[in-house]
Amino acid sequence: MSVRINAAIAARGFDVSVTLAPGETLAVLGPNGAGKSTLLSVMAGLLRPDTGSGEVDGRVLFQLGAGANTWTAPHRRGTALLAQEPLLFPHLSVLDNVAFGPRSAGVGKVASRETARRWLAEVDAAELASRRPGELSGGQAQRVAVARALAADPDVLLLDEPMAALDIHAAPLLRRLLKRVLAGRRAVIVTHDILDAYMLADRVIVLEEGRITEEGPVREVLRRPRSRFAAGLAGLNLVAGTVTAAGVRSAEGLEFAGQHDDPLVPGQAGVAAFPPSAVSVFLSEAHGSPRNSFRVRLTDLEPHGDQIRVRAGDLSADITPAASADLGLAPGLEAYFVVKAAAVSIYPA
Amino acid sequence: MRHGYQGIPRWIYVLAAAGAVFVLLPLAAVVAKVNWPQFLPLVTSESSLTALGLSLRTAAASTALCIVLGVPLALVLARGQFRGQRLLRSFVLLPLVLPPVVGGIALLYTFGRQGLLGRSLELAGIQIAFSTTAVVLAQTFVALPFLVVSLEGALRSAGSRYEAVAATLGARPTTVLRRVTLPLVLPGLASGAVLSFARSLGEFGATLTFAGSLQGVTRTLPLEIYLQRETDADAAVALSLLLVAVAVAVVGLSYRGPGAAAARGSGAAPRTPRAGSAEPALEPVAR
Repeated sequence: MSVRINAAIAARGFDVSVTLAPGETLAVLGPNGAGKSTLLSVMAGLLRPDTGSGEVDGRVLFQLGAGANTWTAPHRRGTALLAQEPLLFPHLSVLDNVAFGPRSAGVGKVASRETARRWLAEVDAAELASRRPGELSGGQAQRVAVARALAADPDVLLLDEPMAALDIHAAPLLRRLLKRVLAGRRAVIVTHDILDAYMLADRVIVLEEGRITEEGPVREVLRRPRSRFAAGLAGLNLVAGTVTAAGVRSAEGLEFAGQHDDPLVPGQAGVAAFPPSAVSVFLSEAHGSPRNSFRVRLTDLEPHGDQIRVRAGDLSADITPAASADLGLAPGLEAYFVVKAAAVSIYPA
Repeated sequence: MRHGYQGIPRWIYVLAAAGAVFVLLPLAAVVAKVNWPQFLPLVTSESSLTALGLSLRTAAASTALCIVLGVPLALVLARGQFRGQRLLRSFVLLPLVLPPVVGGIALLYTFGRQGLLGRSLELAGIQIAFSTTAVVLAQTFVALPFLVVSLEGALRSAGSRYEAVAATLGARPTTVLRRVTLPLVLPGLASGAVLSFARSLGEFGATLTFAGSLQGVTRTLPLEIYLQRETDADAAVALSLLLVAVAVAVVGLSYRGPGAAAARGSGAAPRTPRAGSAEPALEPVAR
């Protein structure tokens, strides 16, 4: 009893295969254009891959390729899609929007509305039942859209950045709601936000350029990211290279000393990860430990919380605005990034 | 919005005013020419009322036929993906640029006694040319593109995202069409139908060629006006004003509908605009 999808679209360089256990919620992370929405469209039946196969609990969604040409239409798939925008049907009341799924499944008008009322209550929107979608705020509309998707009783719920179009007050509310309704439900949620993955998903895949670059339990991936994208999400600096006796040597020849739990064999591929808050910035070569001090050219300075995030290529450091002003930091300046070995985690890639 | 930046140069207003005058002045000339003491007797004469009744009945029938044939055409053109789609669109729009009399001749050689289908129809005991059916066919032929253009524009600007969501909620294509697509484009469909009706009401050339001018059977109001012009100018003017009044009433009444529907559909959803190409043709009549 599971969901298995693998699909390839040559023109988009898309080649992904995912599985979902019963009751499992999978988060799909990745930069723009990585193919996250493509994956959802393929699952929902809105986009036809060149080759691949998909099934839900033994039911075939599609089987395309040499000698196979099976395609199940979207309305027979049981894969309700919740998009970034609520897309409530503007000509129907909130209640009839939510009743749309049951009605389409052949349930009578009265019973469908009964189901709709139940789901509206579930998303704390019972009092909106008689309104028109045009009279709702963005957060209310998205809550109703959640109820509408759930009322269709989908085998897999597909969520495409459901929080992205909401303002900062509405998003936390919807996130709590989704946490409640997604518990024990099979769902795939595409998101930009690490918090969504943390709170809502059991497992995460990271898509980059149409391929899965990382996969695993959310906490595991964020604690020990192997892809630069996941490291960026976790707020970590990530340096990939070769394991040495002391740590990791990057392709540019920089040596990062650090701590490791796993037994490491020098010569194998490894990564060094450390938070920007552990990085200090100096204008001249640091004294003391000669290790983990790197000459860099600053590329960007930007506010990050009440700190200044100083970027130098792929590495970044967080320092106070006062320190930044004292040092007279500006893009183009040469400086030294220094990080204590105790703050660097080394693990095999 | 009202007080926002408009960005229209002042001289544009001058040209727009000239355009409005160009449309309204001839209408005023007709009103000025009307023989008012004789107006009522002229427009209530038997032949006038017969022609008016026939015009309204046939225009209503051809509007219905336009909807039955035009909605599927617009759907296929807006949503379908097939070879020859552009070619099909060009041909569907052809009657817009074709002289109506040419349309009439084409219909005659299709449904006439010696026509492509006419012979088979005659064997089946059906004779179309020079009948009221011919009037309806001629009007449908010239009015169909108006409905297709209006509706296709509305379908395109509404987009297919609502339909995709409806499908993932389990709605069959027919259910999606009935419960989502058509309600969303109702304003476009309504304005298309109104345009078709107005075009049917004014149809002259194709009707005269294909259906002739038989009182009570094929002589619609425009044909009656043309006939009266030869013998009784006052009657022709009075009937012209009647036709203008009917057209204004139909367009004015129906136009309130789509406006209200569009307002209802506003808010979170992108408003379904009335087909842009249709509007300039309607506004001067509606005002």
